[in-house]
Amino acid sequence: MSVDAATTRRIARLARIEVPESEIAGLQGEINGILGFVEQLNEVNIDGVEPMTSVTPMVLKMRDDIVTDGEKAAKVTANAPQSEDHYFLVPKVVE
Amino acid sequence: MTDLTTLTLDEARKGLDAKTFTAVDLTKAFLSAMEAARPLNAYVLETAEKALDMAKASDARRANGQVGRLEGIPLGIKDLFGTDGTRTTACSNILGNFVPQYESTVTSQLWREGAVMLGKLNNDEFAMGSSNETSAFGPVVNPFKPANWDDAKARAALAGDKKGLLVPGGSSGGSASAVAANLCLGATATDTGGSIRQPAAFTGTVGIKPTYGRCSRWGIVAFASSLDQAGPIAKTVKDAAALMTAMAGHDPKDSTSVDMAVPDFEKAVGQSIAGKVIGIPREYRVEGMPAEIEALWKKGAEMLKSAGAKLVDVSLPHTKYALPAYYIVAPAEASSNLARYDGVRYGLRVPGKDIVDLYQKTRAAGFGREVKRRIMIGTYVLSAGYYDAYYIRAQKIRTLIKKDFEDVYAQGVDAILTPATPSAAFGIAEKLDADPVEMYLNDIFTVTVNMAGLPGIALPGGTDASGLPLGLQLIGRPFDEETLFSLAQVIEDQAGRITTNRWW
Repeated sequence: MSVDAATTRRIARLARIEVPESEIAGLQGEINGILGFVEQLNEVNIDGVEPMTSVTPMVLKMRDDIVTDGEKAAKVTANAPQSEDHYFLVPKVVE
Repeated sequence: MTDLTTLTLDEARKGLDAKTFTAVDLTKAFLSAMEAARPLNAYVLETAEKALDMAKASDARRANGQVGRLEGIPLGIKDLFGTDGTRTTACSNILGNFVPQYESTVTSQLWREGAVMLGKLNNDEFAMGSSNETSAFGPVVNPFKPANWDDAKARAALAGDKKGLLVPGGSSGGSASAVAANLCLGATATDTGGSIRQPAAFTGTVGIKPTYGRCSRWGIVAFASSLDQAGPIAKTVKDAAALMTAMAGHDPKDSTSVDMAVPDFEKAVGQSIAGKVIGIPREYRVEGMPAEIEALWKKGAEMLKSAGAKLVDVSLPHTKYALPAYYIVAPAEASSNLARYDGVRYGLRVPGKDIVDLYQKTRAAGFGREVKRRIMIGTYVLSAGYYDAYYIRAQKIRTLIKKDFEDVYAQGVDAILTPATPSAAFGIAEKLDADPVEMYLNDIFTVTVNMAGLPGIALPGGTDASGLPLGLQLIGRPFDEETLFSLAQVIEDQAGRITTNRWW
């Protein structure tokens, strides 16, 4: 399988990365190089094989459903590019 | 007085215990070595003031009889570990001047044992790379000189464009270079596909990636969460064991960290390996492998045999599929993990006409080319219509890779010996214009271990014709790092340490 220029643009949009038109062809080639490399996986017989979901067999631990953390608004917003009164500021998203 | 920076971690501990020098003396020696070695670009941030404060506190604790396992030992920290109040960037422009308000579990355990932080170490951006050349802070220089270069020639290149000098490997290139250049007594590192073991092999150092779940991932910048593990890079096997003992342990804040007692790994160093069964996997004899790697591998096997181990040929039939499967699984997880860098909560923000435009412009400006490429591959293989063909198939192949190892271990094999890398260190900029896949092939021997969640240690086994270090890798049973430390010590005893001179 390989991707065309339109698909490369669509992937960039899905990934929320702006890619200038001049870089599409280069990226398309690199993505196709990697897709070509992984093509060999089609040689493997995977009939009846379960996909791996956990590399180390373990039971997920449960904890009591209680608040253990919080009241740290200043710390949470300390690195925000723009914030006010412990809120993150973003461009208007609702008309 | 001897140069304190040339001591091993264990020797430094003994010197501190004997009051030959203090933690402050030791820390000062490293701070001045770091200053002189700035052109190597191993550190992206030196925390001299914090280091001296920590060293003073350590000396005070020692005076009160409180002595941790790493009391007064100066360490370098890979810039992927969140350090409270100290800038942490993953060597990406998108994190910019991010200053964590928390400490990663692994580093907090090192400080609990008395260690001192010297600074933050360079790495490939978000740990994506095998040469440390994708870092936003620029490449790191391997302290080993290229073949037939004298000190003057190396110094001239270091002052210029660095071309021709060697890469330290990646992604933990700063960690490996700093340890090999005596810029710390040990370093933290992380390994998703070989990022501890490949740089260790390129720099004559010892690096161990423990079993998945041995170390908490909490507070470490995530790349591919089902593969990422923290581990140390050190000068010797014993030093690596000391660091590993402090770094490992259950953490309720990471649900994938295993609730299991951590042995004192240092006690495994020096244990007899008589009767241990070592598997030699035929699939690692790859086409085009240099004769000196083949010879190193044979030599490593002979060293273990001469100490009483038994060698057996084994087969891991799905080996060749590990790297292509990794290049589906790791980018898929990365595309999901790196979705958090959106210009809203932390890091870089590039304004846009609306929120989506802000996301797209921020991510375009903040991520480097390799990271963008991997995010896009991951986005594609997880997208509707391709998920089963790529991602599910890769996860099924991962099950088969793990089963290969389980079958071998079920035959009574205690550990597996392989080369760590297909070559010695290569030149800076040498592979930059090549196909990305060529760079990926560096991890061909290490990536299987991450796919199966197993522990793996890399250590020097010898040198190539020009004196550059070559690494061997030992792969263990799940949670049996102790056997790896015992076996590795046997190799270190016979191969010796491989060090370089201070030419920079």
